[in-house]
Amino acid sequence: MSDNNNLIVYCEFDDGKIADVSLELLTKGRSLANDLGVKLEAIVIGDNLKNVEDQIFPYGADVVYKVEDKRLYPYTSNPHAAVLINLFKQIKPQVCLMGATSIGRDLGPRVSSCLHSGLTADCTSLEIGPHRDPKTGKEYENLLYQIRPAFGGNIVATIVNPDCRPQMATVREGVMKKEIVNPDHRGEVINLKASDYVKDEDFVVEIIDRHIEKSKINIKNSPIIVAGGYGVGSKENFQLLHKLADTLGGEVGASRAAVDAGFTEHDRQIGQTGVTVRPKLYIACGISGQIQHIAGMQDSSIIISINNDPNAPINTIADYVITGNVEDVVPKLIKYYKKNSK
Amino acid sequence: MSLNIIVLAKQVPDTRNVGKDAMKEDGTINRAALPAIFNPEDLNALEQALRLKDAHPGSKVTLLTMGLPRAAEIIREAIFRGADTGIVLTDRALGGADTLATSYSLAQAVKKIGNYDVIIGGRQAIDGDTAQVGPQIAEKLGLPQVTYAEEILDVANGKITVKRRLENGVETVVAPLPCVVTVNGSAPECRPRNARRLMQYKRAVTPSEKAQLSAEEQAIVDARPDLSLGEWSAAYVEADPEQIGLPGSPTKVKSIENVVFTAKESLRLDDNDEQIEDLIKDLIANHTIG
Repeated sequence: MSDNNNLIVYCEFDDGKIADVSLELLTKGRSLANDLGVKLEAIVIGDNLKNVEDQIFPYGADVVYKVEDKRLYPYTSNPHAAVLINLFKQIKPQVCLMGATSIGRDLGPRVSSCLHSGLTADCTSLEIGPHRDPKTGKEYENLLYQIRPAFGGNIVATIVNPDCRPQMATVREGVMKKEIVNPDHRGEVINLKASDYVKDEDFVVEIIDRHIEKSKINIKNSPIIVAGGYGVGSKENFQLLHKLADTLGGEVGASRAAVDAGFTEHDRQIGQTGVTVRPKLYIACGISGQIQHIAGMQDSSIIISINNDPNAPINTIADYVITGNVEDVVPKLIKYYKKNSK
Repeated sequence: MSLNIIVLAKQVPDTRNVGKDAMKEDGTINRAALPAIFNPEDLNALEQALRLKDAHPGSKVTLLTMGLPRAAEIIREAIFRGADTGIVLTDRALGGADTLATSYSLAQAVKKIGNYDVIIGGRQAIDGDTAQVGPQIAEKLGLPQVTYAEEILDVANGKITVKRRLENGVETVVAPLPCVVTVNGSAPECRPRNARRLMQYKRAVTPSEKAQLSAEEQAIVDARPDLSLGEWSAAYVEADPEQIGLPGSPTKVKSIENVVFTAKESLRLDDNDEQIEDLIKDLIANHTIG
């Protein structure tokens, strides 16, 4: 294993499963690796990794590195960082992608700091392209464009790391689409000895208690979303949205403002700092439409906006705009759905 | 056991309330129209530090911030709420820093302060939302990190016990001191200003602020050492010029665009029964619902 200049995805593994966000990144990574003409590699660090590669290869990975040790699960910062740092010094990947999750956002900065490589958080798009340094005039081919919203979502910045490797980026779950390339695709498995990459002293932080709850809320995969904003007005009024969602067989989502106001749980937040969704039907109730929210739902097939402000920004991207109060309109939607559906 | 606590904080433009007047006609942001505030999660971090101080009498809370000289405003804010003192790391050479160059600069300042037990900062700042500076400072200082803290449960025998809020649950961890802790917005809110401290410390100033004062006011500051806030340059914290500011930043901004969404031709309905029933019928007919 010498300088391989490949693209590598850090895969999160819990409860016997590779995280969705990692599979999404493998899909994106496959297409970027094709553009670059390099291999797509994946790394899994943890315990009980038997056959984990079977979940990864269908997404087109050429190589899967496995680092197995009882102490590497559950995730802690220093040991996982040590594995990546030492492996990257050895194989020198040109790009490293990870999920913008509790783990990726803890791990990425630590690795990038040690390797003095650039890291861009929460990218919403990744592309390959050339770059010309405006000061030196130096030309670069095939850099990773790390595209992300900045300044509270009011602008979109394209970031490049011209001289440092690996070019690192994190991406939130749901932003990229996961897609199996070939269910029968196989690649190479490389088992790395944990003790070659992580020292006993790296295990400094001890987990003494851990409660992981599977979120019961699954807005990402719901075909119908009834989302509420600050304009819904109260926690009680949010119950109305639940009624509509239950009637239509959908889920309830929310804007950041509604979550910050305590109207509903954080797990329901849609937007750049929450989940990105693409349902068949999106009913926006009392949502004004801040850019950071719109970015997380604009790909919905049909958008209905219910707002008492006829000029709410969200109306410009809506297919149907109903001007009125949420408390009046939502019960009518329920009533006429019940009347007309069989 | 008394503790030496460093709180990392940032003065940020209030990006949560970007109104129409905050956007210029050409679509770029008018930073001057945005109020500069104490980064919200750094206030949660300050509260955790003040609670540690309450539980460990004799502890010292020092606020460290990097930014423009005016960032001294948030040091005073922190002192009014219970912090002991603060330092603003400010230098033209630090401008244009990405998260890595920022972390290096702050780590140098932390080393200069020295003799610390715990470093506490907010999870992330609202102008960048990256959450990178905390873990990167930990790495630069060779310290363990505990991110997404919701509550510091205990500090004893050289160890800190912290409850962490993860996206899918909670975790309690024990880390050796010194370490870096970053605090989540779900942690308790910061206590308000204390009226007595406000009176006592309203004249706390940095050297550059002091220079603007009259001779009499300067004499008042000189008579009270606790009114002198730190104002440090890059050279003072012995920062390598190659690792700070724009030259020390591996990431470069290639371009910035304003966000433009493609507008659709919307069908406008009023809140009347007939129109709403027709809409529902349409949605059922095209199999969107039902």
